[in-house]
Amino acid sequence: MDSAFIIEKSVFIVIIFAITMVMAMYSTWAERKVAAFLQDRVGPNRAGWGGLLQPLADGMKLFAKEEFEPDTKNKFLFFVGPAVAMSTALMTSAVIPWGDRLEIFGRTVILQATDIDVSLLYIFGVVSVGVYGIMIGGWASNNKFSLMGAVRAASQMVSYEVAMGLSIIALVMMTGTLSLKEVSLQQQGMNWNVFYQPVGFLIFLICAFAETNRTPFDLAECESELIGGYHTEYSSMKMGFYLFAEYANMFISSTILAVLYFGGYNYPGMHWMVENVGVNAANIIGIGVLFIKICAFIFFYMWVRWTIPRFRYDQLMNLGWKILIPLSIINIIITGICILAFK
Amino acid sequence: MSASIQSISLSGRKKQVSNKEMTFWERLYLIAIIKGLAITIKHFFRKKATIHYPEQTRAFSPVWRGRHMLKRDEQGRENCTACGLCALSCPAEAITMKAEERKPGEEHLYREEKYASIYEINMLRCIFCGLCEEACPKDAIYLTLSKELVPSMYEREDFIFGKDKLVMPLEMAMKNAQLKNAN
Repeated sequence: MDSAFIIEKSVFIVIIFAITMVMAMYSTWAERKVAAFLQDRVGPNRAGWGGLLQPLADGMKLFAKEEFEPDTKNKFLFFVGPAVAMSTALMTSAVIPWGDRLEIFGRTVILQATDIDVSLLYIFGVVSVGVYGIMIGGWASNNKFSLMGAVRAASQMVSYEVAMGLSIIALVMMTGTLSLKEVSLQQQGMNWNVFYQPVGFLIFLICAFAETNRTPFDLAECESELIGGYHTEYSSMKMGFYLFAEYANMFISSTILAVLYFGGYNYPGMHWMVENVGVNAANIIGIGVLFIKICAFIFFYMWVRWTIPRFRYDQLMNLGWKILIPLSIINIIITGICILAFK
Repeated sequence: MSASIQSISLSGRKKQVSNKEMTFWERLYLIAIIKGLAITIKHFFRKKATIHYPEQTRAFSPVWRGRHMLKRDEQGRENCTACGLCALSCPAEAITMKAEERKPGEEHLYREEKYASIYEINMLRCIFCGLCEEACPKDAIYLTLSKELVPSMYEREDFIFGKDKLVMPLEMAMKNAQLKNAN
């Protein structure tokens, strides 16, 4: 392992980290803008052009706020909660292929922090650790509303992880790989997985909403019943970390959706571009295409938030255990039959 | 044919509610969700209802009662004689004043031989009902058509408007007099 490789990877990781943070930051702005537009308002428009400096102002406000800690025995856990939520939200971006490759200074730079062959499993592992951030924070707050939010989040995650995993199994059966790079390479042109796995995509999409704690599945922090849910007792930047982690999660899950089902960085005519214009140009467009797909999904998240009201807890469990899990098992069986019949 | 009272719908929007079992497709909710998404996205492109306040102002009614003004007559003299009827009529107890006798040589400032040396309206209490205007026998206090609202301030004391903010500017009185003479 030469030093140039280490430098290349460190620079790449820093860039990915920065992009994730900026995307999370501007997701808060976009959330407020989209919410406003869907409700016939204009949203934040005073700080900077179109309110573009609003996230900075919000961040500054959060930093300047008083740090309040409840009188709890678990000071350490209270501190660890937001940190776990944030770090798990950021860790998933390590295995995502942002593009195919770039050629800089005669080196071939692979646009992926690390290409492990079980990257799908890695993502599932990290995402399920993410609930510990909420769980620990809610437990350490020493507040019944926080605990209730945390318990809801945990049970929700457990139920929807099953359906999510099962919907992915159908995809893995079809693609025959757990590596996200392979999955991306198989979807060249318009050969997207969503056309072969529409039901699997739908299940995965619904589960992604549940995993990121977004409406209609935001029972963990439903304001009308639980004050703020697991972050009721949090203030200042610890609260900011939780909110930030939610948006980072949203970004990452949009990315996973785009990579798994919507062709990742592929676009029609990418081959032609590589041969005739050059590798770098083709791949930079590819990165742009991936980000357009990601932004479309983030918009979809927000759009759904202002359309569908929150599920009741028993409805949530019914949907997860009685509809999505049987549906995903049927999907696996049908996929298996199709593979036998057509390949 | 005479319609029964149950079937009459004057607005044309009457809808019979039913508790029938949902079909399989209805229970999936997906169609309903897509319909809902269509409705919300329509609002995304709709004209916004927001009025950008300091730059834009709402269209006011012609009988709008705006901020108060203490009037001057054509010669620029204050009309108010500090009779206190406005303060008495005020349902919000917003007005207070202190009377003073006019000194010789002040005839160009005050119309009557008594005037208000202090005249204060508490804008936090005022409900802009216009009863002071109705009570005034000297045509001194008026609620104007001004679209300028009372601005937000940090101190309660700042909302007590004194004569400096209430009395009609002298130039305005002169201009009014000129207009009247021209007519």
